This record gives sequence, structure tokens and C-alpha cells, in this order.
Amino acid sequence: MLQKVHEVNVEAARTSIGQAAWPRPFPQVLEYNSAAHGPWNIVHTGMLVPGAHQIYVCADNCSRGVVLTAAEMGAGSRFSSIRLTQEDLLDGQMEELVIDGVREILDKLPVRPRIVILFTVCIHRFMGSDIDYIFRELGRLCPDTVFIRGYMDCIAQKEGPTPDQKLRASIYDCLAPQEKEPGSVCIYGNDLPLDSASDLMALLKEAGRHVFQLPLCRSEEEFLDMSRAALAAAVYPPARYGMERFAGRMGIPGLYLPVCFGYKEIAAQLRLLAQTAGLSLPEERLGAMQAKAEQALALAGRVVGQMPVAIDSAAFPRVLSLARCLLEHGFRVIRIYADAFLEEEKEDFLWLRAHAPETQIYAVTDPAMRVMPRRTEGRVLAIGQKAAYFTGTGNFVNVVENGGMWGFDGICRLAGLMADAVIHEKDTRDIVSRKGLGLPSLVEV
Amino acid sequence: MRQVQVKKCTCTADVSGVCSALFELGGMVVIHDPSGCNSTYNTHDEPRWYDRDSLIFISGLSEMDALEGNDDKFIADIEDAAGSLHPAFIVLVRSPIPMMTGTDFEAIAGIVQEETGIPTFYVPTDGMHSYIEGAGRALEEIVRLAPEIAGKMPQEPAAVPKRDLADRCRSGVNLQIGTDGRRLRVNLLGVTPLDFSIGTSLLSMKEFLRQAGFDSACCLAMDTGLPEIAAMGGADVNLVVSTAGLPAARFLKDKYGTPYVVGMPCGFFSKVLAEQLHRAAAGEAGGVCLLPDPGIKPGEKSYIVGEPVICSSIARALALESGNFYPRVICPIQVPDRLRLPDVIYAESEEELEPLLGQAGVVIADPLMKTFCGRGTLFIHLPHEACSGRMFRAGIPDLVRDCPQRILKAPVWRQMS
Repeated sequence: MLQKVHEVNVEAARTSIGQAAWPRPFPQVLEYNSAAHGPWNIVHTGMLVPGAHQIYVCADNCSRGVVLTAAEMGAGSRFSSIRLTQEDLLDGQMEELVIDGVREILDKLPVRPRIVILFTVCIHRFMGSDIDYIFRELGRLCPDTVFIRGYMDCIAQKEGPTPDQKLRASIYDCLAPQEKEPGSVCIYGNDLPLDSASDLMALLKEAGRHVFQLPLCRSEEEFLDMSRAALAAAVYPPARYGMERFAGRMGIPGLYLPVCFGYKEIAAQLRLLAQTAGLSLPEERLGAMQAKAEQALALAGRVVGQMPVAIDSAAFPRVLSLARCLLEHGFRVIRIYADAFLEEEKEDFLWLRAHAPETQIYAVTDPAMRVMPRRTEGRVLAIGQKAAYFTGTGNFVNVVENGGMWGFDGICRLAGLMADAVIHEKDTRDIVSRKGLGLPSLVEV
Repeated sequence: MRQVQVKKCTCTADVSGVCSALFELGGMVVIHDPSGCNSTYNTHDEPRWYDRDSLIFISGLSEMDALEGNDDKFIADIEDAAGSLHPAFIVLVRSPIPMMTGTDFEAIAGIVQEETGIPTFYVPTDGMHSYIEGAGRALEEIVRLAPEIAGKMPQEPAAVPKRDLADRCRSGVNLQIGTDGRRLRVNLLGVTPLDFSIGTSLLSMKEFLRQAGFDSACCLAMDTGLPEIAAMGGADVNLVVSTAGLPAARFLKDKYGTPYVVGMPCGFFSKVLAEQLHRAAAGEAGGVCLLPDPGIKPGEKSYIVGEPVICSSIARALALESGNFYPRVICPIQVPDRLRLPDVIYAESEEELEPLLGQAGVVIADPLMKTFCGRGTLFIHLPHEACSGRMFRAGIPDLVRDCPQRILKAPVWRQMS
């Protein structure tokens, strides 16, 4: 077992926001992976496409993680793979291997899927495999099947979009332009559906607008129908890349409306949506929404009191916006868990540096986090699974990827969840060990 | 096509095998990989991850660093982490991309060792082989290097007068005691959670040794430390309880002359195994005892599927206890020829497994293998961490204490026999 004979130095993994470098407080060094697994991965996202079958062409070590992701969510029958061997790297037949393998899989499946997501990996990128040829040939040989490009080429993610971002784009690439449904909106690229009570959804629903959301599609037809949307909006930052491409290809307006916690920014986003979609949004309504959020935060504040709060960026990518909002409302935010911040967080970063410079920033993947004590002296309220794991608290808001929250209503809901988390302790180990929060889990942790 | 998998779950691969084998030994394992290997390992292959600290990281290799051969960053990152965390040793593990780019790991290990003063070695994995290969290599290397790492040379091999003990075996005198009056010391080789999970199987193996009159020396590599591993050469005999322990057993045989026996104690087979340990210690069969022939024919179309040593041992226990029936062993895991056992069907591809399991009458296997079986197949669950990971962990039995009995009591088994 790990013998701590020397004093272990964990300081490299934490800093104060007053001292932190922007936008990356910690250097990119060796990486640790924590035991909090609630955030979704590419398998989970791919499974949102109704009826789609996923095929991964990769080495066993890569395949192991994705096949069990599918099995753990009870979707093993929608998953297949083609194993790569060392010989495949040398024999110059990679394209044929993939094409023949995919066709064999399709022939073997009890029901032939209409949509297939085919994932190629780092190896193909390094070999210079002709991916275009593979998809072209598959399209020719299997004309009844729609092939979506999947990516598990993690090696490229530091210099360009991540596999997750690319998948959120390519899923929608298979949607053919079609006649638009006037006034309809596609909430683009989120894994979790937006709450129907969220400001954005409420505004659209009240106006009778049709809202398309992939997580709510129940059939292939519903999915393929998403290109009827007359407006696209991304609320989850990793979806922005694909949304802009989709909107451009469809010739429709595309809005980036990320989940945030600043009142002015939320109001500006709502006005932009109303203006673009032709909706009515009286200023009084904005004022009422804001007042409701104030009230919810005040109520939560009475329950949370001076209990320290730790938050993580896997729960809310705009983690600095959340930290600022909570600090402005009297909550005692002491820790933020994030390896880096989004460029759009700069203003909140500067505010925090000026008004709460002692707030601690903790890395998530720095090697020192492996040995950083996972406990605190007193009780801590965590927002997010990673914050809960690293602080060792059972008082936490169990949320990933914004949890469907948005706008002033999102603040109200979060405030309620914070108060509830103070009162009701959770089984952290059981909850955070499970993959893909919100999906079925067949795991016996 | 051999490589197509529609029904089969990918078993744990070599990279995770290395990490699992070395988890408890106080070293730092660095997988040279862009992303994913660490997550796969700690989520699906490592039940100790949540509760116990172990320094296992990935390098986060970027495309530019891989293309430009920027090994300096890799080296600097390892040395920085080692400077903060003070591991007892450092292990470098290869993933597919560094294998393709021909990264010189031997040289990098040499540089790291020279610059940090920390023993550093490399395990040549590629992510395309099974955990048996990875864990096997890692265990062999740690046994080879433990004396240096622990700063402690092994004791001389136990001076067991072989001929005398063999005579004593034949004459039926007390088998447990060596001629010097002490109990024989036995190392357990090949113990990782990938095959034994984190239940009570390990404790039961130690209890088997105690009850059979042996002293348990080192358990490679759970619930043990480097000093114990460094002293492994002093044991009288090694018990290889999974295939991953075989390379280390051969190394110890070559270096110290330590005999070894292959098999996992369970049910009535435990008694056979105890006898074999004595015979091996006495130098019979050149000090190598593989699993004995059960003496009866295996059942028609009945199979036990999983790790070869474990499943072969369970099959023999079933043969002894039922007296007339036992299942044939199928190994769905990739195992190199040099580590294969006789009487095991090695069928790692779906193409090979389908005709066997699709027509089977009885199958004892991990629940994820059930997809291969026909409607008429009688299926008995035997979850295996290296197959289904954590999915059925609560159902993994104590392989030593409970396994044959649990199978024998299964309604399906009674129906069949």
C-alpha cells in the first residue's frame, strides 16, 4: 500500500482565485481520474439517438470502457465492436477491415438498425485511415442505413474539439434540411432535457412553440424531424461547436444561451431569445422572475447559513458565474473544483479576484488530488459529484451538466436543492460511482 | 470475422492488468496515453479505487507531443509528480499510440531512474492484449526487481532436502512438516481483484494453507508489500492460483529453484492441491505440478467459462464431488501460447465461442456470457470482475470456500446431474 514515508506535497493542486492564472490555473501534467463518474460520456450521448446502434473500432483497452458503459446502462444490445490487433496496424487493410466488420455486424444483429454510429479512434487518425472512404463505401453498400460519424480520438482533444464536442456535432449532421416548422426551436446538443418550468422552455411553451430536444425523442422519425426547427439554441457549452455548424447548414439562426447565474446575463439571453424567435417578453416579467430567484436564494440561505460551500465545473460548466452568484447572496463559497475555465467566464473570474480572492481553486485531475485528504473539518455543502467526492461530504446537490436547469427558474431550483442537501444526507459512494447520472444503472457498487 | 464482437464483452486488457497487479505496492504507474485508460481502469477494473490511494495516472499525451516525439514533457511530468509524491518505484505503461510511434520506453525509464534515483521500469503493453498478459508481466517484473527496490536481498531458498521429503510423502508420514521441523512456506501467485475481486477469496486461500499445515508467505499481489515480495525466493513452494501468476512462478523457479503448483484450492480439490504442494516441494515432476487429470471424462456440452486456472480448479472440484460429471473449461480471454494450460478450450473470439455456447446444455459463466446461450441452455452465474467489471460484484462468490458448493446446490445443476 502507499507508504507516506515522505511528506507528500499537494500544494500544486490548489491555489486561491487571487493567485490563479487565467484561464488555466494548473499546468497540464500527469492526470488523475477521480471516482466520481456521473458526467456523461460519448456512449451515453450516442444512446440518445433513438434506435441507433453504436460500433467501436478499437483496441481492447479502449473497448473495455465503452462496452461496459453500454452494459451498465442496460444497452449492451445496442453496442458492438471490432477489435484491433497489432497486425491491423501493419497490413494496410484497415479500411476493408472496418467496412467488412460493420457489414458483418449489421448482418448478425437480430434487427437491422436504421441508424449506426461508427466510432473510429486515435489509431485511425495516426495511420491516416481514409475515414471518408469508409463512410462513403458503407453508404453505398448499406443504402438503408444512416451512418453517423463517431469519434474516440482523444489524442486530438488538446489541440481541437473533444470527441464529445465532435459527437454532439456529427449526430445532427445526418439530419437532412427540410421544410421548417415556423417558430419551432431545437435545443441543441444537451444530454439532459431542459426543465419544462425553466424560463426558456416556459417562454417557448407559452407561445405554443414546438421545441425539439434529442433527449426527449422517442423514435427515429422524431429524431430525423429535428431539422424542421426554425431556430437552434445551445445551452450546454460543449454543444456550441456543433450548434453553430448545424445552424449554418440549415440556414437558421443559432443562439448560444449557456446556463449561467448572473441576473443581467440571464435577462440578456431571454431578451435575445424573445427577439430572435419573435416572442413577447415584458420587462415586468423579467423583474418578477428575478424577484422569485432572490426569494429562493434567501430561503436557501436561511437553511445553509454559514455552512461552507464547494462547487465543481462538471455540475455547472459556468462554475465561476455560480460562485459569484452565491457569494453575492451571502453563501460561503470556499472551494471551486476545476482544471480550467471557459473563456466566457473572464468577467466573473475578475469579479471573484476582486471580491473574494481567498476562494480556493482545486484541480480535478492533478496527480496531487489522488492523495489530497478527501475530508473537511466541519460539514460542507457540495454542488456537484466531484466536489462531494473530494470533500467527502454526503450533503450535496447531485447534478451534472446543469441538470436541466436554466435561467431564473434554474436558480430557484438549485436553491431548493441546496437547502434539501443540507437537510438530507446522501450515500455519496453509491451515487457518484455510477456512470451517466439520470440513466439506468445496473451496477452493484 | 474473428475481430467482430456483437455479443461478447471485451475483457480487461493488458494496461489495466499492470495497474491491478501493482496497485498495492506503493509505486507510481504512469500510462502513456491521451485519455480513457485511467477512467476505464478505475471504473471497471479496480474495485479498490474509491477507498484506497494508489498512484496511477495517465500522461495525457497530446497529438503534437506524439508527432514531435516530445518525450521531454513526459519525462518532466513524471519527475515532477515523483518529486511531490515519493513513490517507491515508477512503472511506465504503453498504450497503442506510443507503440505506433515507437517511443523508446527503455530509454525513458533509464533517464527517469537516473534523474530521480527511483527504480523505474517499463511494461511493454499495447492495449491489445489481455490483462493476463499485462498482470503476468508486471508481477514477474516486480518479483525480479523487488529486492533492489526494497533494498533487501531475498533469503536463500529454503533448504528442503528433496529426496527425503519425497520419501516421506510416499510413506505417508506427516506431510506438513519439513525435515527441519518447520512448516512449509507457500507463496500465492497471481492474486488480483480482476480474478478474485475484493471479497473473501483471498482470506480463504490463506485459510486453506493454514488448515493444510502450511505457512502463508507472500501473496502476489494483494494484501502484501515490497519487503514480502523481495523475500519470495525464500519460500518452499509457490501456488499459482491464476494464469497471471505463471510468469513470476517460472522466474522464481529459474532463479531460486522454487517449485510451483498450478491450481486454486476449492472444495475437494483443495486436498489434492495440498498433496501436490508437498510433492512439488519434494521435487517431484521437476518441481512443476499442473492441474491433474480428473480421471473421468467431461460432460457433453457442459462448460465452465472464465479464467483457466480458476475454472479448471472448480471443474476438478466438481468432478471429485459429483463423482461422475464435470464441465469442460472454456477460456474466452486472450492468453499467449506460453501461458496456456492443457485441457482448456481457448476461444477468445465470438466466432469460436458461438458454436460452443450456442449449443451448450449447461454453462457456468459470467452473466454477460448468457447472450451466447440458446433458450435451452441451463445457465449458472459465476460473475468475473475481468468480464463484467463491477456489474455483478455482489454476486461474486468466495471462489475457494463457496464456489463448488454453490454450483452443486444450484437447481440447474441438480436438474442436469
